Amino acid sequence: MSEKKDYNYNSPSKFNDEMKTIPPARWPTELEKAQMGTMTAMVSSFGLPRIIISGFLLVLFILTPFVGVDLPTQITNIINRFSWNAVLVLAMVPMIHAGCGLNFGLPLAIICGLLGGTLSIQLGFTGPMSFLMAVLIATPFAVILGGGYGLLLNRIKGGEMMIATYVGFSVMSFFCMMWLLLPYSSPTMVYGLSGNGLRPTISLDGFYNQVLAKILHIKIGNIEIPTGSLLVFALLAFLMWAFLHTKTGTAMTAVGSNPAFARAAGINVDRTRMLSVIMSTWLGAMGILMYQQGFGFIQLYNAPNNLTMPTVAAILIGGASVNKASIPNVIIGTILFQGIVTMTPTVMNSAIHMDMSEVIRIIVSQGMILYALTRKTEGAK
Amino acid sequence: MNGKKNIPAGKRLLELVRNNAVPIMFIIICAIFIPMAGFSPSYLLNEIVTRMGRNLFLVLCLLFPIMAGMGLNFAMTLGAMGAEIAVILVADWQIWGIPGVVLAMILSIPFSALLGFICGTLQNMAKGREMITSYIINFFINGWYQLIVLYVMGAVIPIIHASIMLPRGYGIRNTVSLLNMRQCLDDLLAIRVAGVKIPVFTFLLVGLLCLFIVWFRRTKLGQDMRAVGQDMEVAKAAGINVDRTRIISVVMSTVCAGFGMVIYLQNIGNLPTYTGHAQIGMFCIAALLVGGASVEKAGIGNAFLGVILFHMMFIVAPGAGAFITGDSMVGEYFRVFLSYGVITLALIMYEAKKRMAKSKAGQELAAAQVKKEDA
Repeated sequence: MSEKKDYNYNSPSKFNDEMKTIPPARWPTELEKAQMGTMTAMVSSFGLPRIIISGFLLVLFILTPFVGVDLPTQITNIINRFSWNAVLVLAMVPMIHAGCGLNFGLPLAIICGLLGGTLSIQLGFTGPMSFLMAVLIATPFAVILGGGYGLLLNRIKGGEMMIATYVGFSVMSFFCMMWLLLPYSSPTMVYGLSGNGLRPTISLDGFYNQVLAKILHIKIGNIEIPTGSLLVFALLAFLMWAFLHTKTGTAMTAVGSNPAFARAAGINVDRTRMLSVIMSTWLGAMGILMYQQGFGFIQLYNAPNNLTMPTVAAILIGGASVNKASIPNVIIGTILFQGIVTMTPTVMNSAIHMDMSEVIRIIVSQGMILYALTRKTEGAK
Repeated sequence: MNGKKNIPAGKRLLELVRNNAVPIMFIIICAIFIPMAGFSPSYLLNEIVTRMGRNLFLVLCLLFPIMAGMGLNFAMTLGAMGAEIAVILVADWQIWGIPGVVLAMILSIPFSALLGFICGTLQNMAKGREMITSYIINFFINGWYQLIVLYVMGAVIPIIHASIMLPRGYGIRNTVSLLNMRQCLDDLLAIRVAGVKIPVFTFLLVGLLCLFIVWFRRTKLGQDMRAVGQDMEVAKAAGINVDRTRIISVVMSTVCAGFGMVIYLQNIGNLPTYTGHAQIGMFCIAALLVGGASVEKAGIGNAFLGVILFHMMFIVAPGAGAFITGDSMVGEYFRVFLSYGVITLALIMYEAKKRMAKSKAGQELAAAQVKKEDA
């Protein structure tokens, strides 16, 4: 009680000033202790699943020359798929940081991106301009829908993940109806016969297919690198990293790791969480546009659902947990997961003439999520 | 807890409506949609009775984990998978009719019990987020199920009949015909009333399960389960083995789901090997919630009402969608939207209520503190 009287915790700005004046002898030692704890814990709990997955990928790489699969092609594939998915995985970071758990509500964010993409085409933009416009149009949707989503998640603290899952489903199935009913009319997108209702798959040729990948495109032998896409990811990742080191970013981490302390310190917990959800939603919208840009198609209707689990699994494979995530987690996780997704079908097919990739993908991704959920150390919240 | 009695009657009525908002909403939706869809009453009645026979058993199995406070058991799909493996084996051995169904049920027990045990153990490791864990377990085990059915069956587990095997020599076909098993339970003792076929024997089985549930609630184990559901710490202090009780409730749920799935499959008459179980969990949970159940409280009545209302909506939605928008796909998406929406709503209400109770308890504690200080 006496400590509380010494500091005025009422305003956020005051809090940040106090942060600087808090004697280093007192709370850094606790922090260090906590970090030491997690360091030793991390070594022991780097986790069997992660070791198995890394080992599996390594075996696949070693096997490639022996089964007659072209290694450069495989590496190109992995880099490509990394550039498609990395931003989506990055979208997990803010919500994990603010203690909202894994964002199983990713379909909501994807819907914002889809709205941006389809509206941009509908409004007649083509080429690189269509991508820019898609991002611009998706932004207000991400802010509004993300804001509503954040408001909801603030009212149900503790049960975020289950509700996020079903919010994602509900929004997705609502938009399944909307894709049919909204008055889209661009002939590239609607059903040819009836003239209304969007097609499930829309080709992006002539729009933003590969627009980022083509920038500074590098080709070394058989390896192709979509430099532009990677640069955009790098920029977003850097911004995220920088943000997490600002005042607001630090406050977000505080909210995630100890909400009670954060509240006592004068941080507006609800607003911080809301901000994290909006950021996550915008990054998710950005992520799906990046994905479409690489993949070359817009997929509507139930397609958003197919990206949720792989994305969640990727960041967990990278070493994140239900309430801790960093940029390296995103990069490592995406490479490992996409490595497995691209390598398994080709290598296993050539090696044993049996395509088990789908089953392996399911078991690896779901197993990883299950592992993260059932770890005792993270159970208490 | 005592506060409940002091609430005025009007407020209580409001609370009653609010607590039953979902069933009331569905009754209204059905009332609007039925005339639009334009089905004949006898057709509707027939469909509803058939679907009740098909789904009730599955929906009822959700009650056990709710009793133990573990929320909606999204992993009831595990029981369905166990039953599907049993049905594949029975179909391969060419044991048809009633003996086939009975054998499939018996054979499903070890599979579903094992899967239920795994599920219960994992859920115990993730207390406080059982539902999302059970939801993920369901996908995880689905991966293993596919591994077994697609690669192990025929290669390691002998499958005799080529008719259910994929042409490549291992793995099970996408659809296994159960024509010789089709509706053999439903046709047993079936009676027709004004063109509506009533599968009496299936309803008898459902009734038996209901009786079992009613009886079970009064047993020592049932009481333990409810105690665990109320408060785990108190139950532990009272000497109840919490973890064990919770595992038992999940195992009971999965085993019952296995039986329910066999009933479901014999009614359908074929087994969609890789998609049969995928939606079972969601539809059963949605049906139960439509019946007015919540995450922490559900009864047999909820299950009956829910199955009737939910499937009524399911039957008439495409027709009504076509009537309104001229596109039957809209109705199809609309019913999926409603099923997801109702689950979302129930989950939100549950969590919001939980938080409210928590803060109320905190306030009461604070008020008591103040009173003490005053005195």
